[in-house]
Amino acid sequence: MSTVLDPTSESRPEQRELVARPESLDGLTIGLLDISKPRGDVFLDRLEEKLTGLGASVNRYMKPTFAKPAPVDMRHEIATSCDAVIEALAD
Amino acid sequence: MHAMADTTTAKPPLPDGLVAIVKEDCPTCVLVAPVLADLADRASLTAITQDNASFPQPAEWVVHDHDLALSWHHDIETVPTLLRVVDGEPTERLEGWKRDDWEAFTGVDALGTELPDWRPGCGSLSVDPNRADELAVRFSGSAMSSRRIEIAALEDEWEAMYDRDWSDGLPVVPPTEARVLRMLEGTTRDPDEVVAVVPPDLVDVTVEKIAINAVMAGCKPEYLPVVIAAVEAICTDDFNMHGVLATTMDVGPVIIVNGPIRHEIGMNSGGNVLGQGNRANSTIGRAVQLVVRNIGGGKPGGVDRSAHGSPHKIGLAFAEDEEGSPWSSLAESRGFSSDQSTVTVWCGGGPQVFVDQISRTPESLTKHFAAYLKTNLTPRMVMMETVLVLGPEHMSRYRDAGWDRARFLSELESHLQLDTDDLVRGADGIDEGLPEAWAGNQVGKFWPGGIHVVHAGGATGLFSMAFGGWVPPPKGSVCTTKEIIR
Repeated sequence: MSTVLDPTSESRPEQRELVARPESLDGLTIGLLDISKPRGDVFLDRLEEKLTGLGASVNRYMKPTFAKPAPVDMRHEIATSCDAVIEALAD
Repeated sequence: MHAMADTTTAKPPLPDGLVAIVKEDCPTCVLVAPVLADLADRASLTAITQDNASFPQPAEWVVHDHDLALSWHHDIETVPTLLRVVDGEPTERLEGWKRDDWEAFTGVDALGTELPDWRPGCGSLSVDPNRADELAVRFSGSAMSSRRIEIAALEDEWEAMYDRDWSDGLPVVPPTEARVLRMLEGTTRDPDEVVAVVPPDLVDVTVEKIAINAVMAGCKPEYLPVVIAAVEAICTDDFNMHGVLATTMDVGPVIIVNGPIRHEIGMNSGGNVLGQGNRANSTIGRAVQLVVRNIGGGKPGGVDRSAHGSPHKIGLAFAEDEEGSPWSSLAESRGFSSDQSTVTVWCGGGPQVFVDQISRTPESLTKHFAAYLKTNLTPRMVMMETVLVLGPEHMSRYRDAGWDRARFLSELESHLQLDTDDLVRGADGIDEGLPEAWAGNQVGKFWPGGIHVVHAGGATGLFSMAFGGWVPPPKGSVCTTKEIIR
């Protein structure tokens, strides 16, 4: 038997539970996050049409750059004002 | 005879006064045994014996260093060693047997008059190669705070590294306590010092955790300061390691080392500089990537979303050939001095060769460099960055003509001002390109300061290399240099 030192962060989180799926989109607020890739807006414009047609209201967001994680404030605003979020990774 | 205190990581005090450290398995110690008894009688000497508890003789003045704690903690390398001890600490030491020196040291005359004048000592048991690692773990191992993981006797320890998902795909050296302790000797920094916060999981990384991953990568202890500095550099907001990892492009950290440490640790800046075969080059970059993987949690298929990856993502580090270059080094061009050791990290994709075997003038060669660099990533991308690894034979054109770095860069950039009409979407029937609104202008292929030149490569071969870049500053990654702290 030999002993080695743990090379990891030793902080592997517990498996995170998915939140419950909504039964319907009627009356929900859906965030649409554009990550600033070219033509992400084309995709999200079409999604917004579809979602509003289903009775949802839509908030639009845009990351300053696709190359970095979304700023903390933006993530907080989405989390507090939307029921669900769709992120557009487009090119 | 006294038994010494139990095993402890605290340094045990030596008895005050004259002390001799000896072992029976040393002919010189056996030779001076009568002298030790004489000194015990005439000068209150204490003998500390490493092996046989009754050597030189069973006596009150003989102490058995049964676990070698005294010898290890007080850095005994040779037996016999004669010490003068005040308040438990040696203030003077003498190694081997030399009558004149022993008489002067002890103030006692006519010592061992029947013995030869001089005999060298033997190695202390505490530095015996078969014991040194175990002793280091026993006496200083508790200073390391990482979780201990036991590999079962029936497990193959190399396979165990894979089973725990700690490997980049190649074998990793099992990070035993002894190996990690040895690695930590490569730096003066405390094992528990937090060096950086590693993306993507944003975890504090200590010197100790970096040392563990450096062991796994195959580093020698003297490489550790370079690895630490590189980890610091990639974990800055400027370098943006999260984005570098998450992108679908082929990029990873490109690590360039400047200054005296290149030679001290034997890095390659010559033939096959970007290839295999040099331990420092091959393992430093790998250690940095293992830190991102194991500490930061950044793995392919997880936050690492690269579509193709690149061979250099296993880890790439190399040194600049400063001595062979007539120009200031990369680090000097970035504000550091030639006697500082530095690491520069830049985000790039795989390197590609540039071939020019005909140009004999700097003008021709520079134009050709520009023609080649226009296609970096795609001719349609502008305001980019690159690292250009200028080969020695190409550099000789500039040396002969008296061009310096500034002249080269200004001439090169002048050839890299591009007409946007050729690059807009739809031009030449190619849909990819600059937005139509950019038409009718000129734009640089690279933004000012976006070409980082390093001199390296084999002495023969009319080649250079250029790396593909990524999203340039401020939105992507900023080339970052850190001084290496030993």
